[in-house]
Amino acid sequence: MASHNNEQYVEEHDHHGFPWGHVIGFILSLVLTGAALWFVFNSGLSTSVAIGISIVLAILQVFVQLYMFMHIRESKSAPFQSGAIYFGIFIALTVVLGSIFVMWYVLVSHMY
Amino acid sequence: MAAHVDPGYKGPLEYATEEGRMNILGFWIFLGAEFVLFSCLFAMYIVLQGSTAGGPTSQELFEFKSMLIQTLLLLTSSFTCGLAIHEMRRENKKGLIIWLIITLLLGLGFLYMEIEEFLLYIYHEGATWGTSAFLSSFFVLVGTHGAHVTLGSLWMISIIIQLVQRGLTPRTTRKAFIIGLYWHFLDVMWIFIFTIVYLTGMVV
Amino acid sequence: MRLDEFFVTGDPMIYAADVSIVLTIIAIVAVLTYFKKWKWLWTEWLTTVDHKKIGIMYILAALLMMFRGGVDGLLMRIQLAAPDMKFLESEHYNQIFTTHGTLMIIFMAMPFIFGMINIAMPLQIGARDVAYPWLNALSFWLFFAGAMLFNISFVIGGSPDAGWTSYTPLASIEHSPGVGQNYYLWGLQLSGIGSLASGINFMVTILRMRAPGMTLMKMPMFTWSVFITSIIIVYAFPILTVALALLTFDRMFGTHFFTVDGGGMPMMWLNLFWMWGHPEVYIVVLPAFGIFSEVVSTFSRRRLFGHHAMVMSMAAIAVLSFIVWVHHFFTMGAGPAVNSFFSISTMLIAVPTGVKIFNWLATMYKGRIRFTVPMLWTLAFIPNFVIGGVTGVMLAAAPADYQYHNSYFLVGHFHYVLIAGVVFGMIAGLYYWWPKFFGFKLNERQGKHGFWWFMIGFNLTFFPQYILGLMGMPRRIYMYTNADWSLLNMTSTIGAVMQGIGFLIICYNIYWSVRYAPRTNEADPWDGGRTLEWAIPSPVPYYNFSRVPEIKELDPVWYAKKRGEKLIDGPLEKIHMPSNSGVPFILGQIFFVFGFGFVFGWFWMVIPAFIAILLCMAWRSFDYDDGYYVNVEEIKEIEGV
Repeated sequence: MASHNNEQYVEEHDHHGFPWGHVIGFILSLVLTGAALWFVFNSGLSTSVAIGISIVLAILQVFVQLYMFMHIRESKSAPFQSGAIYFGIFIALTVVLGSIFVMWYVLVSHMY
Repeated sequence: MAAHVDPGYKGPLEYATEEGRMNILGFWIFLGAEFVLFSCLFAMYIVLQGSTAGGPTSQELFEFKSMLIQTLLLLTSSFTCGLAIHEMRRENKKGLIIWLIITLLLGLGFLYMEIEEFLLYIYHEGATWGTSAFLSSFFVLVGTHGAHVTLGSLWMISIIIQLVQRGLTPRTTRKAFIIGLYWHFLDVMWIFIFTIVYLTGMVV
Repeated sequence: MRLDEFFVTGDPMIYAADVSIVLTIIAIVAVLTYFKKWKWLWTEWLTTVDHKKIGIMYILAALLMMFRGGVDGLLMRIQLAAPDMKFLESEHYNQIFTTHGTLMIIFMAMPFIFGMINIAMPLQIGARDVAYPWLNALSFWLFFAGAMLFNISFVIGGSPDAGWTSYTPLASIEHSPGVGQNYYLWGLQLSGIGSLASGINFMVTILRMRAPGMTLMKMPMFTWSVFITSIIIVYAFPILTVALALLTFDRMFGTHFFTVDGGGMPMMWLNLFWMWGHPEVYIVVLPAFGIFSEVVSTFSRRRLFGHHAMVMSMAAIAVLSFIVWVHHFFTMGAGPAVNSFFSISTMLIAVPTGVKIFNWLATMYKGRIRFTVPMLWTLAFIPNFVIGGVTGVMLAAAPADYQYHNSYFLVGHFHYVLIAGVVFGMIAGLYYWWPKFFGFKLNERQGKHGFWWFMIGFNLTFFPQYILGLMGMPRRIYMYTNADWSLLNMTSTIGAVMQGIGFLIICYNIYWSVRYAPRTNEADPWDGGRTLEWAIPSPVPYYNFSRVPEIKELDPVWYAKKRGEKLIDGPLEKIHMPSNSGVPFILGQIFFVFGFGFVFGWFWMVIPAFIAILLCMAWRSFDYDDGYYVNVEEIKEIEGV
């Protein structure tokens, strides 16, 4: 089997203290969620702008989850873990935006 | 060989064996695939959200309070899941199990509210998945997420049992870590459902 | 459901098939009982987690499916040999072209590549198995369940008949009310789950199980092709999963994803299907490219030209493959902006492929070429695939495609790329790696006969189809009346018969060699092996490597041999191996029952099967079996030390 000669697999996090990372992450998530709600319901901005901002806030929350909760940077294979997620996001965006692009005429002309 | 802890290893238990490292890597890759799976459901929803076929619309159906409570339940469960893994890293088996049980209860609370929401639509609003394309895609997108949470809950129960039976070993910690990843991923998906389905649906 | 709806009735050919299926089952049971081989079957094959055996099972399945798909092709060609033929009714013809396409792509090409990957990739990287051997077995049995489900349709319930592409609204419940489409949906869904699992399995294997010193850039080109293919699989198959599930929901639960009424959008089926479907064709062709790289290098006795460029071009192909899909439905009305974008992206993807062709040619230039059977298949691939490829660039021009779309020009194009690419590659790989797994080569003379019949027949079948397409012949028609088309169609049919003969010669080649070929058992039977699999005994011991070698360079076996070094060296240690398990096989059968029940809408069968699946997953979760050790004595005995 492949031997790794006692290399460090995981970044040294201090796991013996108070879980600051998680608490801050949780608070950030609540703030981002609350902000999205405010932008959509209370800000008086046009709907499309508010929704656009909410999507940005959602993406920020995703990064909070990935980096602060899910420890994506841990392990020797970290570049591949991140790569797997980022490529997944790239394909996900292609699927969603690509579908809107392709179906645009149908959507706009209410063909169906 | 794959289940052997390398001598002199000093990190978290779940990364201690090659098997553990490979399983965790494999699960991250699986999550990449799940991103794509959900993206197809989102694409379907976005394209079809206006096709209400004369039936109930999102503005008519979605309720702010229910959506907010579901969001808070799931978000908190993601936090408590993180705390569980934190306890695991501190080698506190009891703390791990307690926080996992709390996570599970919050998840079940989320499911209860979601099922209540679905039943409300189906039986009180006449809004089934056969009513219109919008409702088909709503029920299947949100329902697929709910099915994932259900499966995750069953999985979490099985992990809790194994932790009670076997304590903290490289294998059990790896399993706990992976179900943690799964659970966080489901919260990530919910953030998008919250934004693209509920928020958008309530104002557009 | 009436018995005459459950069983397909009224067609003598179907009755003949029923009889032969029953006789075959009886024959298999009789042979196993007479030779007392049930236990052997269970312990050696049904419960194996050994990648080599799983690979062999995949390849065997692929060859059987190639036979059935080929027969379908021949039936079509007979019907089209002349105008106004009454050999097949239109209904029957539709079922046959649907089965032909689905079998060849999903149940022949996919298992063939998974078979090749399973047998060769772990050996090439110096690994003792894949990352998840149990999951590997499950992937095979899921494929098997899906294949069985799809194959049974033509005698029980009825075959799907909406094409392998299953377009809505034709494939919706209103226009395809029978169970045929459900077989399509579940056959693909089950084997698709297996494929996704394999993609993850191979990726982790390559990332974490390489021999020490083998950096990513020191991996053999076939392994690189497997890595890139696995990436495409992981990100493309979820799209198919969703598309199939949504159509299943439409058909069985009354949802409106792709329906004409209720706000549904049939075009979204095509959109999702091809978002998977285009990457899928690169999934099947990239491993073939990998095989060609190995064969060209070995039989030109030269290092592969442009290693970096070969890797980069496959990576480019993988990324581009996800942004070209609309070229499959330019004519559906997405508009000029969409069509222009996808026209350009499609033409772009020809560039990295072209780079690879030139690199293969450059490898051969000034090489000492040996015309072995694998090399013949590879040499034939180059011009034939290029013909397919350039017609692809023609099709990529959206305005021109309005003329070519769904004509025989398209049929010619995709058969040229799929057969000259994938089939030639798989057969080359079969001949190339055969001696490694069985200890003897397939007979060269017979192999060459098989090659020539198949290759010439292939060109005779499909080249006329380009011209027929330009003359206006549409695809998927069961009959034509235009006398101008008869000569080319007849030529095409003769070619198909020649391909059939070639295939039979290859089958005979295998049979004859199993019986009579001398067992030379050499580690390097081609006397020119460059990569790690040629450093170990043939047949390969079940643990693969007695000691894992330390790697310093590309083509390690070649250079070690030149320097007179021993690659596999050092003290023997006990080897850890994973245990066999019957659960993948059993789970596969349960999935079959689940799928079968779903096909007929028998939820009294589906729900218990679903619960059984959950129970098996729970069993697996609580399974702490940690494998076993092969002790040094046994290794010494096997290695003859």
